[in-house]
Amino acid sequence: MASPAPRPIPLAVALDGPPAAPRRFDAAGHLRLVRLAERGTLDFVTLGDTFGRPGPDALAVLSRVAPATTRIGLVPTVTTTHTEPFHVATSIATLDWVSGGRAGWQPDVSLTAAEAALFGRRPAPAPEAAWREAGEVAEVAARLWDSWEDDAEIRDRASGRFIDRDKLHYADYSGEFFAVRGPSTVPRPPQGRPPVVLDATGTGPGGATVRQVAAAHADVALVRAQDPATASAARDDLRARARALGRDPDRLLVLASVAIELYASGDAVALAELIGDWYTDGAADGFHLRPADPARDLGLLVDGTVPVLQHRCLLRRFYPGATLREHLGLPRPANRHARAREVQR
Amino acid sequence: MTAAPHPSDPSTPRQLHLAAHFPGVNNTTVWDGAPPATGRGAGRRPSLGSQIRFDSFVHLARTAERGLFDFFFLAEGLRLREHKGRIHDLDVVGRPESLTVLTALAAVTDRLGLAATVNATFNEPYELARRLSSLDHLSDGRAAWNVVTTSDAFTGENFRRGGYLDRADRYTRAAEFVAAARRLWDSWDGPAPDPVRHRGPHFDLAGPFTLPRSPQGHPVIIQAGDSPEGRDFAAATADVIFTRHSGLAAGQAFYADVKGRLAAHGRRPDDLKIMPGVTFVLGDTAAEAQEHAAEIRRRQISPQNALLAAEQIWGVDLSSYDPDGPLPDIDPDPHAELAQGRVRIADPAAVVAGWREVSRAKGLSLRETVIETTGRQSFVGTPQAVAAEMAAFVRARAADGFILVPHLTPDGLDPFVDRVVPLLQERGVFRTEYTGSTLRSHLGLPEAVTPVWQGEAS
Repeated sequence: MASPAPRPIPLAVALDGPPAAPRRFDAAGHLRLVRLAERGTLDFVTLGDTFGRPGPDALAVLSRVAPATTRIGLVPTVTTTHTEPFHVATSIATLDWVSGGRAGWQPDVSLTAAEAALFGRRPAPAPEAAWREAGEVAEVAARLWDSWEDDAEIRDRASGRFIDRDKLHYADYSGEFFAVRGPSTVPRPPQGRPPVVLDATGTGPGGATVRQVAAAHADVALVRAQDPATASAARDDLRARARALGRDPDRLLVLASVAIELYASGDAVALAELIGDWYTDGAADGFHLRPADPARDLGLLVDGTVPVLQHRCLLRRFYPGATLREHLGLPRPANRHARAREVQR
Repeated sequence: MTAAPHPSDPSTPRQLHLAAHFPGVNNTTVWDGAPPATGRGAGRRPSLGSQIRFDSFVHLARTAERGLFDFFFLAEGLRLREHKGRIHDLDVVGRPESLTVLTALAAVTDRLGLAATVNATFNEPYELARRLSSLDHLSDGRAAWNVVTTSDAFTGENFRRGGYLDRADRYTRAAEFVAAARRLWDSWDGPAPDPVRHRGPHFDLAGPFTLPRSPQGHPVIIQAGDSPEGRDFAAATADVIFTRHSGLAAGQAFYADVKGRLAAHGRRPDDLKIMPGVTFVLGDTAAEAQEHAAEIRRRQISPQNALLAAEQIWGVDLSSYDPDGPLPDIDPDPHAELAQGRVRIADPAAVVAGWREVSRAKGLSLRETVIETTGRQSFVGTPQAVAAEMAAFVRARAADGFILVPHLTPDGLDPFVDRVVPLLQERGVFRTEYTGSTLRSHLGLPEAVTPVWQGEAS
């Protein structure tokens, strides 16, 4: 019986190291890992961040890595509770420019009193409120990324105009937590809107809000799961929420986020079996692997797990596209203002 | 090539420092049409590259590093400028976020300092200290921070903090911001961070920093601005002051004033470098350079830009006037707020009077008057003349070096590096190789600052 050729499984990896703090904070360690992941043709790496953990700013690390890599997607966590939404949006847009369209963004919240004390601006928020605010930051980021139409720059000598200002738009966002006028100071990034990757596991406090924010704003949802049934149930829930919000659920990829520890090549092959089985069962659209120790596990993953999946035609052998959206099969979004003008015609 | 002169040798001529400013969003950038028709650039491919694509930044940064420059400098804008209630469209608009693009440039350069302009009004000390320390770690000691402040509610509309900060509070907030950042940078000097407790009028923060001391200890601090408050802030806090360029005598007076303020803060004159922002135009002969400079001015001041410049002075709509005709015959409105996101004109009536005099004396149209009176080129001449004049400024203690603002993106710096730098080296006033690894060492400062704060007594 003929079946359609399997489409490659989106596969991503977390670079977050073991909790013991390293003594050096230069770029070499991270660069080695990202290059290794790129050799395995993984779709993207994530690098988590909080204001509490030792180590450099995740966005800075992946900006430093970007020119030294060519294809792999780069998805830093940038938190939304104590940061300025305008800076968050322009920084991610800039990562997209310096990486040639390989940026993503993982929003996260800062819930602890210790993090709040580092800023002294307001007390630690309740989880539900913090995630509502994260949703607002994602909304304003999307508006700022769309605030320049793609063809706004004209350099017209006759009229002396560098831009067509009718193609720049205010964000004019005013929500429960903040207001942003716009437009962005950064032109629309290469991907239009860098993909938003969100941990939508939603089993903690404020979990329903997390799911709702993911359904509304995420391009990729991560669901921490130890069995396919859990992943599958979360995927169904997220797709139903997206549909209820008027979104095409196929534009929301749900990746099972799986903690892994690999000690030998046999472990790597077993992981490939597990990925193949879950995927065949429809438990997830792809996988986000969280190595306990990336320095140890990533080599085995790339040299052991990846070839098995490639052999089964579940994973591509090279990057056919250039941008993260192309790797993930997510179309470049039309600019909302350009689309509105099209509709008016 | 001559051997690098030793700075402490009294027979060594005073060394100058050089930095490169990315052109982009300011009215010195020429962005339209063909490349200049004269000079060494003639006949080359159009040099009107993107102000946003990363390869433009890579090219300019690598050119600066090829020229052994001290650092590469990025300005910042947090709200697009407006004129008559609409977004200003007659100059380059749009740029990347500074810290992110500089961190990326750390991957494609090895020694060049990387200076980000970041506003102290619309950031918080903990987060920005962490981002700057990250840049210093990830660049192996090449980070600099140009501390600027904003008081206008216009820019504030893009930020949570919003609104207006009283002008007098701008520098007190900036000073407290830098002090808090320094405590954070110093707080992890042993096996683990010492928690910081800072409480002041503007900030109240407590907790451990997330990075150990970076290769420079503290990123280089730059202050831009010439006001008395700015001079005091620089004397107390900064390693470099980015100032306006003026004539030799005015430069010497500024230099003496600022260096004279250092002792009160327990600092030596060499601890603060004075670097005016300058433009340059080269030619094979003096006449060719002048002709080239005039062409650049015409390109910078389009007819539309001339009208806009006049509207900023007059404060009223002048769209019915011909830029190639005489100056408007009406008086300026001193209370107008046509322009947003720009420095205000202090005394419009005096500026108009000056323009009228120039226009009358030389028989100039409105546009020609704008070209004549605004934004003259700093150094115009043959490479030999420009090198001699720059060295003379430094020898006469009118500057410690210069921040060069090229006219073209991205290869406007190439002619300077190819033709002027070798002459500065021949004169023995500019390095022939990088001798240290950190930006502080390029600037003749110690490789890393020593901690000024030893943790809070428990």
